[in-house]
Amino acid sequence: MASATVDQQAETIGTPWAPGLTRVPYRVYQDPAILQAEQKRIFEGPAWHFLCLEADIPHQGDYRASFVGGMPVIAVRGEAGAIHAFENRCAHRGALIAFEDAGSVKEFTCAYHAWRYDLRGNLCSIAFQRGVGGKGGMPAAFQMQDHGPRKLRTATIGGLVFGSLADDPPPLADYLGPDIAARIRRVLHKPVEVIGRFVQPLPNNWKLYAENVKDTYHASLLHLFFTTFRITRFSQAGGVTVSADGAHHASATIAKLEAHDSVYKDEALRSDSEFRLHDPSLLDAVDEFGDSIQLQILTVFPTLVLQQVHNCLAVRQIVPRGVDAMDLHWTYIGFADDTKAMRTRRLKQANLVGPAGYVSMEDGCIGGFVQRGIAAADDALSVIEMGGATAESQPTRATETAVRGFWQTYRAYMGL
Amino acid sequence: MDAAATLFRLAALNSDYAACIDADRLEDWPDFFVEACVYKITTADNLRHGYAAGVIYADSQAMLRDRVAALRQANIYERQSYRHIVGMPRVTEEAAGAIVAETPFLVVRTMRDGQMDIFAVGRYLDRVVTTAGGALRFAERIVACDSPRFDTLLAIPL
Repeated sequence: MASATVDQQAETIGTPWAPGLTRVPYRVYQDPAILQAEQKRIFEGPAWHFLCLEADIPHQGDYRASFVGGMPVIAVRGEAGAIHAFENRCAHRGALIAFEDAGSVKEFTCAYHAWRYDLRGNLCSIAFQRGVGGKGGMPAAFQMQDHGPRKLRTATIGGLVFGSLADDPPPLADYLGPDIAARIRRVLHKPVEVIGRFVQPLPNNWKLYAENVKDTYHASLLHLFFTTFRITRFSQAGGVTVSADGAHHASATIAKLEAHDSVYKDEALRSDSEFRLHDPSLLDAVDEFGDSIQLQILTVFPTLVLQQVHNCLAVRQIVPRGVDAMDLHWTYIGFADDTKAMRTRRLKQANLVGPAGYVSMEDGCIGGFVQRGIAAADDALSVIEMGGATAESQPTRATETAVRGFWQTYRAYMGL
Repeated sequence: MDAAATLFRLAALNSDYAACIDADRLEDWPDFFVEACVYKITTADNLRHGYAAGVIYADSQAMLRDRVAALRQANIYERQSYRHIVGMPRVTEEAAGAIVAETPFLVVRTMRDGQMDIFAVGRYLDRVVTTAGGALRFAERIVACDSPRFDTLLAIPL
């Protein structure tokens, strides 16, 4: 009944949204009914969701708590290297089964009434099931196998662990498509280590961040630091790869710089200052992947970002926290075989990103600026027309093609 | 230096440091550090796990000057200010011309519109040295925040 109500609301809300990818009604960032419908149709639908790194759970019994949309989940290493994932909700009274972010266990025991679960998420014992002294206890007919948290299917690529709540999701490789899979493997080609974690709460709907990361148009305009230090410029080589269905993207910037770069001066943009670093060791990057790509920002619909900013590597997970709030979970990584010099380089270049990032700092507040700007504009439409009206790969970053790809996929999942 | 004098000078250093940031005299902030310094903002969790990355990581005073220059010239963020409430330094080691101390801090952030939040709480883990001129300067300041969460963005240093 509850889900039928949600569906009806979403359909009612979606009706005025004309077909196409270039206009998005602002109500999608503000309506609680839309958020509820997203949980059912996207997060519990036939998508794959980033859960954690394989490096987070190297040994049997290691687990990490994560989220699929609003749903708390546990990813855990089982027997023989298998990875299991299940809803972090006791089948008894709904309490969190694991309330730490991570740990290592033989089995899970709910703190509330000590119901226990194996590493696959199967309910395997109930405290006082037969009562005490022949009194109380569960009814004889109660079958443990009929009760347990919802289980996710899991799959991995390049050490990233994904989960899906769908009964029959497409294989992860098909979900990603060959181009995006190759771009993931380009970065995650050998064992990684976590070198830092941070959580950045953002005052905006999760989709505003998902769009922001796919929006290659804003990168050189909002973020002065990048353009000033020629880390990315429209006039550099690069482009945007969008998966065939529009869902995922990878943008790339090639290191090649042009001798006379007048694009910014011609446009009279504030970005072309004479600002120079006192300590340029910040940008002492090496071409560790051997292909001259300095920046690669990759998204896997709906909530994963894989980032290579020079030698600063990180995964970011988007966790919705309400219509106008989300958490961004940053996990900085290095390779297990990093030299000390390379590790120092990663630490220094981490200044570019994160909550205090020279580059990504603005991404922290810009979604909030939109959220506040649209407060009374439910029926108004955003304009997403840079680079056309479709969502194919393009050899430029002066485009919103990947943003349109997000909406193409979003509308398909949501039926809106 | 006797213990009381050390404590007094550390407390004075910390209050000068806090006043510098809170009064938006950020151009003076790098001067609290020696040239070959370490300044890092991280979390208690990261330190516990031995994770080296910070949200800010600088290994030179010049990097701190770059940080200020970026805030002034490059970065976009809403007008905001901090009020540091800095506790009593606790000297844990004093040897070879360096004082190792940890000091609790609390930072309330006040936004342009008046919204006030406890933005950060934690400990300064410091190694303080005396310069040739006799002043105390940070050779290392690790800002260990108790929470892993950094709301919206961290523009002004802690």
